[in-house]
Amino acid sequence: MNAIPLLDVRDLTVEFATRRGTVRAIERVNIAVGKGETVGIVGESGSGKSVTSYAVMRILDRAGRIAEGAITFGGIAIDKAPEKVMTELRGREMSMVFQNPRAALNPIRSIGRQIEDVLIEHALAVRSTAKQAAIESLRAVKIANPEERYHAYPFELSGGMCQRVVIAIALACRPQLLIADEPTTGLDVTTQKTVMDLMVELTQARGMSTILITHDLGLAAAYCDRIVVMEKGKVVEQARAASLFSDPAHAYTKRLLRATPRLDSNVRDLLPEPKPAPPPMPQGAPLLEVRDLVKEFSGRRGAAAFRAVDGISFTVHEGESLGLVGESGCGKSTTSAMVMRLLDPTSGAIRFAGEDIAATPAARFARSPLRGKLQMVFQDPTDSLNPRWSAFDSIADPLFRLGGIRRDAARGRVEELARLVGLPQELLDRFPHQLSGGQKARVGIARAIALDPKLLILDEPTAALDVSVQAVVLNLLADLKVELGMSYLFISHDLNVVRLICDRVIVMRQGRIVEEGQTESVLHDPQHQYTRTLLEAIPHPPAIYQGEGLPA
Amino acid sequence: MASIADHPTPASRRNSFWRHFRYVLASNPVTAVAFALFMMFVTAALFGPWLVPYDPLATDGASALQPPSWSHWFGTDHLGRDVFSRVVVATRLDLSISVAAVALSFAAGSALGSLAGYYGGWTDRVVGRCLDTIMAFPLFVLAMGIVAAAGNTIENVIYATALINLPFYARMARAEVNVRRESGFVQAAKLSGNSDLRVLAMHIFPNSLPPMMVQISLNMGWAILNAAGLSFIGLGVRPPTPEWGIMVAEGANFIVSGEWWLALFPGAALMLAVFTFNLLGDGLRDLVDPLRRT
Amino acid sequence: MAIAIPPKARLIGRRLLQAAPAIAGIVIITFLLTRALPGDPAVYFAGPAADEASIAEIRKQLGLDRSLPVQFLAYLGDLATGNLGTSISTGQPVLTELITRLPASLELTLIALLLSIAVAVPLGVLAATRPDSWIDHLCRFVVTAGVSLPTFFTGLALVYLFYYLLGWAPPPMGRLDILYLPPDPVTGFYLIDTVIAGDLQATLSALQHLILPAVTLALFTLAPIARMTRAAMLQVLASDFIRTARAAGLSRRKVLFGYAFRNAVLPVITTLGMVFSFALGANVLVEKVFAWPGIGSYAIEALVVSDYAAVQGFVLAMALLFVALNLTIDIIYTLVDPRLRLED
Repeated sequence: MNAIPLLDVRDLTVEFATRRGTVRAIERVNIAVGKGETVGIVGESGSGKSVTSYAVMRILDRAGRIAEGAITFGGIAIDKAPEKVMTELRGREMSMVFQNPRAALNPIRSIGRQIEDVLIEHALAVRSTAKQAAIESLRAVKIANPEERYHAYPFELSGGMCQRVVIAIALACRPQLLIADEPTTGLDVTTQKTVMDLMVELTQARGMSTILITHDLGLAAAYCDRIVVMEKGKVVEQARAASLFSDPAHAYTKRLLRATPRLDSNVRDLLPEPKPAPPPMPQGAPLLEVRDLVKEFSGRRGAAAFRAVDGISFTVHEGESLGLVGESGCGKSTTSAMVMRLLDPTSGAIRFAGEDIAATPAARFARSPLRGKLQMVFQDPTDSLNPRWSAFDSIADPLFRLGGIRRDAARGRVEELARLVGLPQELLDRFPHQLSGGQKARVGIARAIALDPKLLILDEPTAALDVSVQAVVLNLLADLKVELGMSYLFISHDLNVVRLICDRVIVMRQGRIVEEGQTESVLHDPQHQYTRTLLEAIPHPPAIYQGEGLPA
Repeated sequence: MASIADHPTPASRRNSFWRHFRYVLASNPVTAVAFALFMMFVTAALFGPWLVPYDPLATDGASALQPPSWSHWFGTDHLGRDVFSRVVVATRLDLSISVAAVALSFAAGSALGSLAGYYGGWTDRVVGRCLDTIMAFPLFVLAMGIVAAAGNTIENVIYATALINLPFYARMARAEVNVRRESGFVQAAKLSGNSDLRVLAMHIFPNSLPPMMVQISLNMGWAILNAAGLSFIGLGVRPPTPEWGIMVAEGANFIVSGEWWLALFPGAALMLAVFTFNLLGDGLRDLVDPLRRT
Repeated sequence: MAIAIPPKARLIGRRLLQAAPAIAGIVIITFLLTRALPGDPAVYFAGPAADEASIAEIRKQLGLDRSLPVQFLAYLGDLATGNLGTSISTGQPVLTELITRLPASLELTLIALLLSIAVAVPLGVLAATRPDSWIDHLCRFVVTAGVSLPTFFTGLALVYLFYYLLGWAPPPMGRLDILYLPPDPVTGFYLIDTVIAGDLQATLSALQHLILPAVTLALFTLAPIARMTRAAMLQVLASDFIRTARAAGLSRRKVLFGYAFRNAVLPVITTLGMVFSFALGANVLVEKVFAWPGIGSYAIEALVVSDYAAVQGFVLAMALLFVALNLTIDIIYTLVDPRLRLED
């Protein structure tokens, strides 16, 4: 690190005025970023990593204020600088790239004009030269046909494209510092890789410093020189990337590292305490057989019909876990909705426990005796619980509707289910907004297993959770499977997570199956080019305690 | 069908509701004032005829057009009737009209809107087309046309006010149901064996209620204004029945000669009533929003 | 193929077509209002003093003895030829009366709307950019108090204050002092026609008569516009792209007006449709208070004597006016929001 860092954050404390008084979002944070250095700030939700960056940019919400500490950037005291100076610095010397790129762009202004605004504001162009400069900026972020794209509006571009435009805006004035706040969250892994590679290429070529804020240790490991770990508003550890992984000092860092799935870890490795692996389950007869399943959505106003699922066939055996993997729009969610009988297929057969369940329309399947045997755990635990129902109500609902259990008898069964999923009894009367993400996930799982299902569809059950919570939930699912003798159909975009739970995987792309096989063989010896691209795009943290060697 | 009311812990839920109720009143004095005013109007509506000092219909030529005094707080009108008594007694009629109209349009509108939002397709199109047709009229003008055509009675004022309010509820219910139709907890409810109608009634609709409660409160104010406006131009209520709109209309003739109290007091009562419901709407939002209940 | 037509023109064309079902609905409802609802239209049209025989005569004359579809076709035919019937109180064709009185209503409504937009939009913007400042509190007060004001009551209060007490305003009777003759109708708007006629004294008088009713109506429409502007601005200011713009160092002015305001205007434009609906309704009440000779007071006079053809013509005219206003809003919206071009 250079003697005088470009950015020096000293004892920074930020407070927010809320309905319940003042809350400290971050406390005595110290971070220094040298010239040309890439620093990762890693932490789970609520760790204060975004607040730190907003404070550096001085774009905190109205309720937030810098209570203590100093921020020095290139010799300027940011915490004391007048707003006029900050306006000049922002975009010109330090700029920022945000999560959710589509929302980060003005929806009713063409992207070219948005880049021009920044160039003109910072006097790097005048009206007559701005258009050319904006097109050059678009070219720099590798947007094809920049002359045409100049006129495009954000809604006409894909998420990855929008993020390139946001990067173009951030880098238009060649600032010295780029802060990227979860820049690829919500993007597909392959898009994530191209966006990250682009960002690194541009910042390195210009000798810029970068702060990468992310919840993903793998991403930080792949792209950062130094990593700062934050927990609950405090910096708990900072170290060079390599040494952080080989020799983590703080207990929280160790826990975080363990919980992040690596190439070689199994589901038990994610837990802070060792635990014997769940016993393997013998595989039985075919439980779910899907044959030539097709779902077409009719196009708007005579446009051609769109085939979301295009003739796929697969089988799940009793006691087996099958992973269904693909990027957004590959048809995996449509497939799961059809198998779950929430959606009617256009054609094809779904046999479950020997019966063709596709013959019963989705609207009537609620009354089928098989309904209770085919259940699902949803992606977003918050969204999947009725906000006006207590945890007890949610778990008991299937018991009343399908289980034929009377109200007075339900309490015992619900308490038993809560015990199974590790939900403390006293939380049963709470409402979803009074529960944590992990607790809500447990409620969702308890509801799904209430009727002893044979097949459980797991639709990205951990995508909305922090890694440490994900580790616990994945282990819970692995245990429950053995305990209750269930089969799983695990839908996910993340091969890394699927691998931990599943015996076999199917890779889907554009409504079709491109590869299918035993998990280990697909992962280590992928046959299809797309599977290889997908695998290469996933950033992995290096294996713990194995020294240097960062995978690209 | 078992209702949510026979929940295993009804007591704790009710407690938390009252605690939240007190918290909302305490934290927002404006809401507390609105609630007090609301109780005042309810009292006037229920017990008005027994509380007032004079018979609202009794004329007294000798004491016509007297300005406010100790014996006549709000003065007397051109027939010598006590304006205060008339204003208080009118509360019942004005509130009944708007409560009836809002109840009707809420029931019909939220049912239509929920079905349209949940089932989509042709149900949605038919309902949407009907609502669009109502909304294609300036609403007060449509109400005038309906009352004029169907007959100049109070019932028809209620029906007309209900009809012109209906699109608001229907559209709101449709939108609220629509955003929840695909949400996780609705799918989960289907997996738990709930039929479509049950999902709609037990899961989606109760969650759509908070914004609709706010709408109800705001609409009450608007319904009162509409009903009073109709009687101001001579529709619905007829003299000598005491009603705010018609009292303002009668008082209007005396404004240019300076007898302000005839129009001012019924007008102020009307304004205060509407104001109360509008303030209450904001307070209700805090009260019923489960995310802010702790 | 319509390649030569620019996409914007095509969108506007489509918007015009979308007004067709609304107009069809209006025609059907106005028809039903007379024929299908309880009550005998023939009794209305015959007037209060009619006997059985004359009612039957009128029923035949109006074609009420024929089947509903036939009556509807006849109604359509009448509409197509501009025949809205004859007013029984004045003996004039309803269409003629409406056309003569419409400019008075339009002048009042438009001036009031311009006035309230000119006040409400800046108020809403200022309130949103300075939360919890005095202007924010003022805005909130105006919004809550404004929607609570019965228009007819505000009008009377203003008359009492500015005419009776202060004597600043002319008596609330019509559009012009009796000293002046109405100008030759060119636009029908007295403010413009008197200027064309070169009679500036009359212009002043017209303005004096217009101010109070226009302010009354404006006070009523102020609240929804200010509320929507404030809410839309607050929402836009909290959105991600404003943060991007701030992080890119755009000046406060540029962020507020170039980015936030332009986006916030869109929902405000949408609300204007509802505001027009309120304004046209409130217009009727204001016209009664100020004895304004527009179509609203025409309708009220007709209501009193159960002159049904006149009331029906009035409802139809107001609805068509409203559709036209909404259409204007839609077209403006289409031109402002690029996302709508995706539909193409």
